[in-house]
Amino acid sequence: MSAVEHQGVALGGLEAAELPVARTNRRRRPDMRTFGMKLVGIVLVVVLLVFMVGPLVWLMLRAFSGLWQFPQFLPSHWTLAWWRSVFDDKSLAHSIRLSFEFAPIVTIASACICLPAAYAFSRFNFPGRRVLLVSLFATNAFPKIGLYISMAGVFYSLNLMGTFLGVVIVQLIGTIVFMTWIPTAAFSAIPRSLEEAARDVGAGPLRVFFRVTFPLAAPGILVAMILSFLVAFDEAQGTFLVGIPNYITMPTEMYTLVLNYPEQAAAVFSILLAIPSVVLMSFARKHVMGGKLAEGFQIR
Amino acid sequence: MIETQPAGLLIDHVSKDLGGRTIVSDMQLEVHAGELTCLLGPSGCGKTTTLRMIGGFLQPDGGEILIDGSDVSRLPPERRPTAMVFQNYALWPHMTVFNNVAFGLKLRKLPKNEIRERVENVLELVGLTHHVHSYPARISGGEQQRVALARALVLEPKVLLLDEPLSNLDAKLRVRVREDIREIQQRIGITTVFVTHDQDEALSISDRIAVMSGGKVEQYADPRTLYREPATHFVASFVGAMNFYSATVQDGAIVLADGTRVSCEGMAPNGGGEFEVGVRPEDVEVTANGDGAEATVLREIPRGHYKELVLKLGGDEARAFVAPELTTSEQPRIRFTRAVLYRDGVLQQAESPVAVR
Repeated sequence: MSAVEHQGVALGGLEAAELPVARTNRRRRPDMRTFGMKLVGIVLVVVLLVFMVGPLVWLMLRAFSGLWQFPQFLPSHWTLAWWRSVFDDKSLAHSIRLSFEFAPIVTIASACICLPAAYAFSRFNFPGRRVLLVSLFATNAFPKIGLYISMAGVFYSLNLMGTFLGVVIVQLIGTIVFMTWIPTAAFSAIPRSLEEAARDVGAGPLRVFFRVTFPLAAPGILVAMILSFLVAFDEAQGTFLVGIPNYITMPTEMYTLVLNYPEQAAAVFSILLAIPSVVLMSFARKHVMGGKLAEGFQIR
Repeated sequence: MIETQPAGLLIDHVSKDLGGRTIVSDMQLEVHAGELTCLLGPSGCGKTTTLRMIGGFLQPDGGEILIDGSDVSRLPPERRPTAMVFQNYALWPHMTVFNNVAFGLKLRKLPKNEIRERVENVLELVGLTHHVHSYPARISGGEQQRVALARALVLEPKVLLLDEPLSNLDAKLRVRVREDIREIQQRIGITTVFVTHDQDEALSISDRIAVMSGGKVEQYADPRTLYREPATHFVASFVGAMNFYSATVQDGAIVLADGTRVSCEGMAPNGGGEFEVGVRPEDVEVTANGDGAEATVLREIPRGHYKELVLKLGGDEARAFVAPELTTSEQPRIRFTRAVLYRDGVLQQAESPVAVR
């Protein structure tokens, strides 16, 4: 449940960046703006808001509510007790710590593996390039659980089940597409002449990469890292299968929470789980999508 | 002030295949020290490939490139004494103008104040002192061009390479910037190779022009010789406008295919037979009457400081550049004051120059 929700938040952030374009288009056709159209628009927006924001609002209310009985519109009693109980619960606190360990490690490992590949995809034309690039989607094309079950078979024979490395690998799988495709596009957007010019004034190939190519691709790489972080952070199925009983992260803990704890505790946990998405996405919008770095790309 | 020791550049039997096509074949060219040489030719003639081989971005398949007598053809770009100005300027958008220019000096680990001094000097040379801390996206195309030039010059290279540096500028600016480039080049006396497809550009700023076609140098000469005595049919048609006729030559006259006889002083049969005869439009003399071949005016095209006449001359057409105030009858007489002869596309006779009107 939480994974789906977070992707919704992520997409919302990306679409918002494109909004101004849509707005100028609408302004060109004022004749369309009849009263009826307006009304339909308002109704649609309200429905969408209720559909998307409604559950979040309910979650917020639930996390702080004490007594809340059926006919009441708002809880009659507010409390922080559920937050306290979550942070006091040893296994829940431990899972929070674990999640914040796994996600950065997976992101960095993914970057180390995928960024050189992305550079190669963008700069060299080798046989099978296209096929390889598309095949990265394969992991997303099949039902994840099926993939994980067969992975579990391999992991058992390699003694990776229930190990730290096993969980890192299973979370890594989901990040590969983002970490390869987005940086590939970022590298490809950099004109080769910028690299050649750096060679020309005396920089060797490595220095060219770190002084010219990497800084220019950095916004794209940052977006890829944020997405990978969130994918790893929210990964539940594979982590559950490979990690139990030793490594229970926040999303896998949700399974237990939903079944064994009062639903207020689950609400608190959901909010905690959403915090990284909201923070990272607003950071990405503010510092990566607009601003100086993107402007620099106007130069050909 | 920037100082360079003028260095010669020799392209010695260089050839290059790309994607199964021969782009440059057995090219031979000597660029003299301190001169500006243009590589001129249509797109696909191999001029940019040649430049990229000089700069080290491509390895020649055969032959050698020598700068100051030493072979550089196996060195990577960062170890060659060349500096390139790219067609799209290739400024680094994440660095200010100052840092763009200073980058190469920083790599050389020069002291900070020397770097600042040299960057300021070169920015003064190209007239950009007011944009030191701007980002490239914030300055105009002409200014970006100057930054690219400054970035190349600050390293005091032996050979400066310019790859169609003016093609992204509008027409007015192009003329001004090319004169600036020429002025700077002459002031510091740097050996320069300038690639362009614009003959006007090449004729106005070069010491010597190498006209290229199909990966070979068709002619390598100073602008005047190139224009007055194009060595091949290709050069004659590529550089400037030229009327071409299949014709025979008699004493003092050219006889077109349909028998029309146009007088042309100093012409000699030169072995006889049929030639490709080339006549520049300014060498077509148009008079209201008097002697000369009969012609009919088809069109008049005002060109500002001169007038272009399109004439029917026998079964052929002739274009003539005449003074704008010249009034002609509809059936004027024409003579050629100068003509060049080609057989199998090669110049046959360098006719003694006749003073242009």
